[in-house]
Formats: sequence, structure tokens, C-alpha cells
Amino acid sequence: MRYDLKVISSWIRPGSRVMDLGCGDGELLEHLERNLGVQGFGIEESEDKVAACVTRGLNVLQGDINTEILDYPDDSFDYIIVSQTLQQIYRPGVLLDNIMRKGKKAVVSFPNFSHWTMRLGLLLTGGAPKNPQLPYEWHDSPNIRVITIKDFRRFVKSRGFVILKEANINTARKDLSGKLVRFLPNLRATYGIFKIGRR
Amino acid sequence: MRLVSEKKFLTIDDGIELDCGSRLAPLTIAYETLGELSPARDNAVLVCHALSGDSHVAGFFPDDPEDARPGWWDIMVGPGRPIDTGRYFVICSNVIGGCQGSTGPSSENPATGRPYGLDFPVVTIHDMVRVQKRLIDHLGIKRLLAVVGGSLGGMQALEWSLTYPDMMDCAIPLATTMRHSALAIAFNEIARQAIMADPAWRRGDYYGAATPATGLAVARMIGHVTYLSDTALRQKFGRRLQNRQDFSFDFGVDFQVESYLRYQGSKFVNRFDANSFLYITKAADYFDICQRHGQGSGVKAFSKARTRYLVVSFTSDWLYPTAEAKEMVKAMKKNTLEVSFCEIKADCGHDAFLLPNPRLAELVAGFLDSVAKERGKQK
Repeated sequence: MRYDLKVISSWIRPGSRVMDLGCGDGELLEHLERNLGVQGFGIEESEDKVAACVTRGLNVLQGDINTEILDYPDDSFDYIIVSQTLQQIYRPGVLLDNIMRKGKKAVVSFPNFSHWTMRLGLLLTGGAPKNPQLPYEWHDSPNIRVITIKDFRRFVKSRGFVILKEANINTARKDLSGKLVRFLPNLRATYGIFKIGRR
Repeated sequence: MRLVSEKKFLTIDDGIELDCGSRLAPLTIAYETLGELSPARDNAVLVCHALSGDSHVAGFFPDDPEDARPGWWDIMVGPGRPIDTGRYFVICSNVIGGCQGSTGPSSENPATGRPYGLDFPVVTIHDMVRVQKRLIDHLGIKRLLAVVGGSLGGMQALEWSLTYPDMMDCAIPLATTMRHSALAIAFNEIARQAIMADPAWRRGDYYGAATPATGLAVARMIGHVTYLSDTALRQKFGRRLQNRQDFSFDFGVDFQVESYLRYQGSKFVNRFDANSFLYITKAADYFDICQRHGQGSGVKAFSKARTRYLVVSFTSDWLYPTAEAKEMVKAMKKNTLEVSFCEIKADCGHDAFLLPNPRLAELVAGFLDSVAKERGKQK
């Protein structure tokens, strides 16, 4: 399993109710159900990935996470996970507000756009920067929101929520291994992972 | 080796009291089973058929000729198929009101010794399901692994999940709706009018005489259009002419699509009873689980549910469109039920659930497998 998903799993209380928004092929949800006995739910846009999830025995709905989440009653989930998806959301603020209503806590992870490779790339080449975590051309990138760890902390506070936990990580081997970055994370971490709570 | 299936009958002498208030007794239910019931009786899958289906879900009858066609869902049910008869005990019964062995308008009315005709009471999907429950009791099954069905069969699966919420581990409603729409009712009414306008119909009293074959054929033609899609019709027929270079300038068959519909219509009258068509379409039109189980609210209706769901819709199905499936899923979500939903890309319209579709096969097989494993663990 990807290192960032391992970190996220370690933050989830066993036996809780978890919604994974943009759950992909269900790797994280399956792990949480098997090893932590959580009751898992997922929303995913791709038909292929939904089918993969269903075959894994997961409860997954095909649809747009921005709107599908609205149908659930408030406080439906102990955790709502948004793993490496927020940078693809048109209105992240609205989504975060909704997540914090439907779930008691949120776990959000995203690629850090201010990693030194990105900064250096822009400075030296003058082109839109790329690195192994963010390999896209400017015109075909699904990542329409440029998030940095520093910006995200401010964003959470400005929406009226609190950061309960923060782990900034540096990954290697196609993100399968990694380590925590404590010193200068905004410069050195490839991903930021945040646990967010209500005030 | 061919999968062999035999039609069996269960007669319930005291019958049941129907939603319309009358008692249907005695009543007979025609059914078939495939595979073996496990010693723990925990591998039973009930398959519910659609409007024109029957209990013959898969395989062949023992006396079928070599060139016979297998049961109506042979691509989905059988050894190694998604609903694997090597693993599951599959039950399929003919709905009451039907004409393939279960009591319906063509059955003998004990009061007169003649076929019921229009004296047959109007039945509902809820009635059909309650009769199936008697069959499941008779087979000694306390809890089904799954109830599966498409279209009218999907309505039965939904009805099962709310009428007997603790009697199944999962329900798989495909290409269906939680209440019949005005559009669907409208097409059913046109089809019924076609039958009733046929002079041979004689207010349903045609048994032993000429059947309202023209009316029933037209009804089937209407149905077939609603099962297809604009894209499917374009691809399959376009404006191509049938065995001719130019228009006939009369009202014979010019276009291939006309020829196809006439063929489907005439094929249908040989195997289906016109009165059954009236009764079953009426049951579909009355179907509204929001009304029956939730005083008009889908959310309230699904608050009764205790089962897992796999809901599937098809992009080109305009009879039971994705929007209706999503409305249903929304009501399930408001109850935080365990539900999976997938909209499958398919050009062939409502019929898609009956046609070979690797995605549907994958979903049904995978979902059933996970439910069966979960049930295994609970023991």
C-alpha cells in the first residue's frame, strides 16, 4: 500500500464509519475494513473503478463527490477521507464545509506544490514545474488547484476548522515507501496529510 | 453437458388475500431451481423475472430439442456464470397473474370451471412477492443470500427488501425504479389499449376461441421500442429498407425496423397470454414503494431496509433512466444503508440487463461473492 495511505490508516479509529471520497479502486477502504473493522463507504466517478470496488466487497457509489456527499444526513461518518483529490476540486472550500457537516472529522491529503523540486523547476526552466508526484503538463493536468502545505493550514483555519494532526511526508519508490518530514516540510515534503476537526 | 432445469409446481390451497381485497385460492406457483441448496441453507438466490419472463431462468428442459434456446438469463445464471449454480442454489418462479404455470387469468376459475379471464383479481408486485415468500418457506429457506432482478424483476427485489427486510443478505435491483413513472405508465396503457381494442379480446373472454393476437402483437411492438434506444435503433436498422430497393408506396413493410417489430410481435403471441399482459403491466403501474412503505416518502420507505443493495442503471435506458435509480439511491443514502451504485455505459437501452455485458457480469459476480463471503464469516 502507498505510504500516505498507511499514514492515513494509522489515524483511523478501529470500528468507526468511514467515507472515502474519490476512493479509486478501493485499496484504502479495503485495508481499513479488513484490518480495522471499519464500516466503509466510497464515492468514485469512474465506472471501471466502481466495479473494482464492488468486486472487493465495498459499498461504493458512482458519482460526483461534490454532490453525492450532500445526500447523507449530518454526522453520518466518523471520518471522511479525501486522499489526493482536493487539488482536483473546483470549489474546495464548499466541499470542505460539506465534509465537516457530514463527517465528524476529515482526513485530507494532497501533493505539496511548494516542494523544492517544483520551486526550482519554475525558477530554472521558466515552465510549469513537474516532479514525480506531479508529472502533468499544464494543459492536461487534472490538478486544477495549486495547494501548498502552508496555504492549506491557512485555508483550514479560514473555513473555521481546526487541524488536529498534521503529517508531512516524503515518498519514494512510486510512493510505496516514505518518511515523515519535520524540518521545513513546506519545502521538503511531497505530500501533506491533515486531520481536521470542528471548532 | 447441457444444464437441465425442470419446472415444478407448488399449490397453496388456502391461497393468499390480495391487496385488492379478494382471496386468490387455491393458487399454484410454477418454479425452477438450479444448483444445490447447502446443508446450512445459506446459498439461496431468488431471481425475479421481468414482464414477459418465466421460471425458466437458465438451462434447458429435459425434453428440449437440440436447437432449443436456453432460459431467459442463461448468460447470467449457470455453472461458472456470475450467479454460479455450482455455488448458489438459484430459485426462479413465475409471477402470479402470469401465463407460464403460475395461477393467472388463463387458469381455471374454481367457481365456474372456466378460465378466469377478467374475473381474475388485479394483483400487485407486493402480492407477487408474498406468494414467492410462501415458496421460499416451502423450500425450507429462512434467509435468502440475494434477491436479484431487472425491470419488473427489480421491482420485486425492492419489494422483497422492504416487505421481508430480515430475509435476505442483499438485493440487486437492475434497470428499475422505486415507482413507475408517468412515462412508463403511458406506454403500458397504450399497449393495453391495443389489446382491448382488438375485437377478439371480447372483454378477456377469448379462451377456446381466437385470441387477440393482433392487439397483443402491437402491445409487444410498443414494449420493444421502449426497451431499445435511439442509438440502438440507428445502429441496428437506420433507415434501411427490408428486402427492397425502393419504397413500396403502400402499407406493407418498407423499413427493417418495421419488419423487426412485426417479427417480435408475432413471435410473442405464440407464447404469451394477452390478459396476463394486462394484469402484469397493471401491477407494474401500481408499483410505488414510496407510497406503500413510506406514506409517499422514499426516504421513509427505505428506513425499513436492513439489507445491502447493488443498484445498476444503464446510460441509454430511458424507460427506467439513471435519474430514477439515483433518486432511489439517494433515499437509501439518507438512511445510510450499505449501497453500491453503478451506471453502466451501454447503447442498447433498457434491454441491456438481458444482453451480454461484461461489466454487469463483473458487478453481479463480485457483489454476490463478497456478500456470500461475509455471510460465511458471520457463522
